Amino acid sequence: MAWLTALLNQPGPATALVVATISLSSFAVAYYPRSLIAFLLFQVSILLLYFAQIPRWLKRSLAFVSLGILMPILGTINGYYLEVATQVGIFVALALGLNIVVGLAGLLDLGYVAFYAVGAYTWAIFGSPQAGRFISESVAHFPLAGGWFFVFLVLGVIVAAIFGILLGLPVLRLRGDYLAIVTLGFGEVIRVLANNLDKPINLTNGPQGITPISRPPLFFQPLLTAVGIPASPTVLYPLYLYGLVLLIVGVVILVNRRLEDSHIGRAWEAIREDEVAAQAMGVPLVRMKLLAFACGASFAGVMGVIFSAKQVFINPESFTFLESIGVLSMVILGGMGSIPGAILGATAVTVLNLQVLKGLSLWLNSLRNAGVTILGYNLANLPTQLEPAKYERMIFGIILVLMMIYRPQGILPARRRSRELGGSK
Amino acid sequence: MKRYSMYAKVGIALAVALLLIPAAVLAGQAKGTIKIATQSPLSGDQSAPGEGIKLGTQLAIEQLKGPIEKLGFKVELVPFDDQAKPDVGVANARNIITDKDILAVIGHYNSGVAIPSSEVYKEAMLVEISPANTNPLITDRNLLNVNRVCGRDDVQGAVGAEFAKSLKIKSAYVIHDKTTYGQSVAEFFRDNAKKLGIEVLGFDGTEEKSNFDPILTPAKAKNPDLIYFGGIYSQGAPLFKQAREKGIKAKFLGPDGLDSSDLAKIGGKAVVGMNYTTVAGPVTVYPKAKEFAKAYKEKFKKDPEPFAAQAYDSTAIALKAIEAAIKDAGGKMPSRDAVSAAVRKTKHSGLTGNIEFDEKGDPKKALYFVMHVVSEDPAKWNDNKEVKRLEIAAPPLKK
Amino acid sequence: MDTSLLIAIFPQVLLDGIVLGFMYALIALGYTMVYGVLEFINFAHSEIFVLGAFVGVEILLALKFWGMLDTFSPFLLLGFLLLAGMAASGLLAVAVERVAYRPLRGAPRLIPLISAIGVSFSLQDIIRLFESLWNNAFNLVYPTFDQLNFRFQLTETIDVSVKSLVVIAAALLMLWALHLIVNRTKVGKAIRAVAEDQATASLMGINVNRIISLTFLIGGAMGGAAGVLFGVQYSLINPYTGFIPGLKAFTAAVLGGIGNIPGAMVGGLVLGLLEAFAASYLSLLTGGAFGAEYKDIFAFSILILILIFRPKGLLGEVVKERA
Repeated sequence: MAWLTALLNQPGPATALVVATISLSSFAVAYYPRSLIAFLLFQVSILLLYFAQIPRWLKRSLAFVSLGILMPILGTINGYYLEVATQVGIFVALALGLNIVVGLAGLLDLGYVAFYAVGAYTWAIFGSPQAGRFISESVAHFPLAGGWFFVFLVLGVIVAAIFGILLGLPVLRLRGDYLAIVTLGFGEVIRVLANNLDKPINLTNGPQGITPISRPPLFFQPLLTAVGIPASPTVLYPLYLYGLVLLIVGVVILVNRRLEDSHIGRAWEAIREDEVAAQAMGVPLVRMKLLAFACGASFAGVMGVIFSAKQVFINPESFTFLESIGVLSMVILGGMGSIPGAILGATAVTVLNLQVLKGLSLWLNSLRNAGVTILGYNLANLPTQLEPAKYERMIFGIILVLMMIYRPQGILPARRRSRELGGSK
Repeated sequence: MKRYSMYAKVGIALAVALLLIPAAVLAGQAKGTIKIATQSPLSGDQSAPGEGIKLGTQLAIEQLKGPIEKLGFKVELVPFDDQAKPDVGVANARNIITDKDILAVIGHYNSGVAIPSSEVYKEAMLVEISPANTNPLITDRNLLNVNRVCGRDDVQGAVGAEFAKSLKIKSAYVIHDKTTYGQSVAEFFRDNAKKLGIEVLGFDGTEEKSNFDPILTPAKAKNPDLIYFGGIYSQGAPLFKQAREKGIKAKFLGPDGLDSSDLAKIGGKAVVGMNYTTVAGPVTVYPKAKEFAKAYKEKFKKDPEPFAAQAYDSTAIALKAIEAAIKDAGGKMPSRDAVSAAVRKTKHSGLTGNIEFDEKGDPKKALYFVMHVVSEDPAKWNDNKEVKRLEIAAPPLKK
Repeated sequence: MDTSLLIAIFPQVLLDGIVLGFMYALIALGYTMVYGVLEFINFAHSEIFVLGAFVGVEILLALKFWGMLDTFSPFLLLGFLLLAGMAASGLLAVAVERVAYRPLRGAPRLIPLISAIGVSFSLQDIIRLFESLWNNAFNLVYPTFDQLNFRFQLTETIDVSVKSLVVIAAALLMLWALHLIVNRTKVGKAIRAVAEDQATASLMGINVNRIISLTFLIGGAMGGAAGVLFGVQYSLINPYTGFIPGLKAFTAAVLGGIGNIPGAMVGGLVLGLLEAFAASYLSLLTGGAFGAEYKDIFAFSILILILIFRPKGLLGEVVKERA
């Protein structure tokens, strides 16, 4: 790998390599739309782009081209890739949010998915006929028109932040492990509430979930038809949502950067390192902790709103402890307290789950169907219950254990005091 | 100067990439393969009937793909595991509609999964033929692409209540599993039972999978003649088992969610002698299904589960419709709209009877059975006795 | 509100609560012992508990397969299952400690906790993997024993099954045995010493590592016994069954005072009773508005309330003095 790092460190060859890999992999995906390896190569090439030491303007424009132009094109070829990319984007935002709570402030939140659920249900209830079940027609007509979606993006932030503060209040004085368990309990409480608030008044429709949820209007569709590109909503919506996710992720990264470098971020890191000393130095513990919870929660909240609009259907099953641990493993893998780390972790884990495991499953199934034999053992005899795509927990678990033992600082540890020099990231 | 040459490099590379892509897109069109997808639980505690649906479809494709192959297309099965969870079903559905070769979906097993997933299929007008979903809402939404070959819960609940009345039941305690399916069929049973004069002592829902004490203790205290469980066998069997262990002497009754050999496997002695209503039943109740049962056993080394025959018939209908649509399209790959329309028009004489769809996708006449469990041995599930058989038309759409 | 109904179900609910409580108590012991010695929540204990249940069911299924299920008295069989379950779980606990916790002994608190979570998750799927390969199913059912289901009629309205009595008796036996070990043997003294002050204990010649392993072994064994009893009582298990009881048992341990062994027993019983009563009476009292589904949040709410108002627990916690 040393030759790779050396190559990436020189602007000229690095650019060539990155551009070559990006274009080659895009070509590969276009030619073999159903090959998961081709798409994986495309993602790896974007990763190379990150590590390459090339001038910032170049890097930014290449990133814009690959994520903003190539990706949508690849997405139209095979909608599944767009789905993966959108999921990655959502989890990046979630990981960044949890990164604030766990990585910066050192508060182990095991119930993070609760804020995601709160955001999702906020839009789901009002953006679907659901609200009509407990608010009479005379007050308002539900579902709200698609345009309200943008209002609810902001609302999702606020509601989630409120829940974040609600969670923060009772746990202020708890020490680390108790805090973890209580946050876990909180996550479960939210899930059980979502599951059971179908009586006495039907708020969440219980385990049956809420559907159909309105999506934001395709305001640019008339524009496109005028220009001569006829595209059906089936094609446009995934692209629209992908773009939206990308935008929000950008905002989240920006906010994170600002927070990290501000006195708030430093206060959080001080709390993480030594609460008593921080307090002695004048850091207002209560306010900072609550702020951490609220900030982290708000990122999850806004993504929740987008998630419910994207899925058109949500139910409590999407917000279990497994998801919380998934996001935690992303932060741990990437590096606690590190923004690029959180992004890398989110991408890696999501890709692992959505593509690699699933690809393994499909491959195993095709081997089974073909009756391939390995060392005299006919794979068709493999138990039907064995399905690699289901073993997400094992992936998360092994990541967590291995990272803790061998590299607790993560793959891209936070560089506490380093700043960008020249044109490199 | 250096900057300039890099600019050039970038520009050229990107131009190449952008030029190549459209070319590749046009070149790489898939041709010649038609796929039929199945969505059913293949893992977890409801996998028995889910597997049955997949295998029934597989057998049908193998036996009936001849005519389509003659027209130049290969036919393949693409099974999906919806894990009996709505969000997984929806995620799979999104995946399914992006694969342009898939022209039909056979599934689901759970109504609660089918309803949101069918909203996704609707986006692409992909036809769904359900072998097992009984909730009225499936077809009451009047979607052109959703059909089923089995009966409905509003009728099934009534059949159950009538049967309970015939057993001289005076009081019943109704429990459901809080899913779209279970809660709805339990409600139908309860409403019909009340109309027939049976006292409904309680109506409770639970998602619990192991510890039913909290729900059984009040039930036992009220001492009903009958306990009706609206839900799936994976939950019903332990519920019945623990009920007997708690000393509850009431009779048990339930809907087609209990129709699976695993009910006997899990419930053991507790379920022997109980009754259930179903829209499928063991394969032995269908006179035309003997060949199917033999072929199934030979190929898959086990007896067909309930709903496997229904899946076979659904697939047969799909294949017939696809064949007709190909011919209509002049030998080319038909559109999903065309296949949907063709399915709705198809008349088929299958293993489970003559199937013809009404204007909302229900079969014009559907079969309902009341069955009696004879043994705790799961291998003997197909020996369950048929107590009653009814053929009832689907209720029309309420305006 | 039907008060006669409420009164009528009282004895049964009480019994349900006691059985549940003893099970929580046994699991809670594992958490409390490990916390007392290492100040660390062994998140993976819920899977150690469930492994006991799986070992039990595999043995029973094997016997059933060989047609030997009826040749032994169920009580003898149960005893054997308990021993097997305890051994398996104890060994698993020791292994987990060696592999995932020992390397992290000196690290800041969060690190081993995260590792524990990782172990818990991996174990769930490893059990699932094993069962999928071995049985092609991972939702397993305990075969029924008629002798265990026989019910005694105590009064007109109260009857109790042999099974419940057996579960309670077995649990009491375990607890008594543990009490003896911890308080009457040299080894128990060593455990208490390590729990109080690791450094001084090692100066006194105690092999701290060995004692820690032993603690995990004993705690794990208790969990394994609870697993077998759980399987016998409720019949249906899968790799994920351990999670919620594990969480509740931890709540029970905190309720009684973490690190405090009698506290875990008391906490388990109290929690079990509270939960059984909440579950059975809640729907009757609120007319169906809030039912048994809320019993899980009940436990968590108790946890939060305790931690806010009485963090030391009912019997006071027993943890290291901080320097």
